[in-house]
Amino acid sequence: MAPPSYYMILSAVLFCIGVSGVLLRRNVLIIFMSIELMLNAVNLAFVSLSRAWGSVDGQSIVFFVMTVAAAEAAVGLGIILATFRNRATVNADEINLMRW
Amino acid sequence: MPLWLFIFLAALAIIGAAGVVLQRHPVHSLLSLVMTLVVIAVLFIGLGAATVGFLQMIVYAGAIMVLFLFVIWLLNLQSQPLEPGHLALKFLGSLGSAALIAELLLFVVHPPPAITQNRAVAMDFGSIGRLAQSLFTDYLIAFEATSVLLLVGVIGGVALARRTTAGGGGAPGGTP
Repeated sequence: MAPPSYYMILSAVLFCIGVSGVLLRRNVLIIFMSIELMLNAVNLAFVSLSRAWGSVDGQSIVFFVMTVAAAEAAVGLGIILATFRNRATVNADEINLMRW
Repeated sequence: MPLWLFIFLAALAIIGAAGVVLQRHPVHSLLSLVMTLVVIAVLFIGLGAATVGFLQMIVYAGAIMVLFLFVIWLLNLQSQPLEPGHLALKFLGSLGSAALIAELLLFVVHPPPAITQNRAVAMDFGSIGRLAQSLFTDYLIAFEATSVLLLVGVIGGVALARRTTAGGGGAPGGTP
């Protein structure tokens, strides 16, 4: 039986890999995937703590996180498509129209 | 879930997550991400949260990842070399990630006493009935707000992805 702290370690490692993906890659799609990875790492922490406390609240929060992720994916991918149509690039460094 | 199984699944999840960051081709990154998501779904089911685990499998590994795949194909992205620029940013990012993981590991090494053991739970712990009871009583307002959020997401997605005609208004800045 793996104790909850092991799940927290796994969650932390996955979250940090997601952070490094956002910081190291310049392809906006990869950055977006890394954000999804971070959301999932947090979901894992929620579910493991839900199991540890014997309460179903954490699973409800995971449900909401999934909904937010779905809406975010729809809008974010729409933005990526619109940007690609205008600038013909997915490199985050070349999409600098709003940079001061 | 026995310890060896957890360690095996954790290794698979970390390999998949590292693949997301390290693969050159976006489709390969996506497939690595799908592997990680499926492993996390299995971990959910192993934790007794069956409903959330299957939702993860259907919504995340199914629907959202197919959306990503369609966008990658639509943009016709090819394999790209790992970008060399912004070494200072990469250094800072690695440092920040290392500091974050060190802090979290410190918390794990000395955990509060309450979370070192799982509590005993009822048989129907992760069932859809328990989850629905929680969603429709304690989180009712948040649940209703979620429906508005999804509606906004649908409208936003359609408005952004629409190709505007020469004379018409519509999507912000969308001349093809």
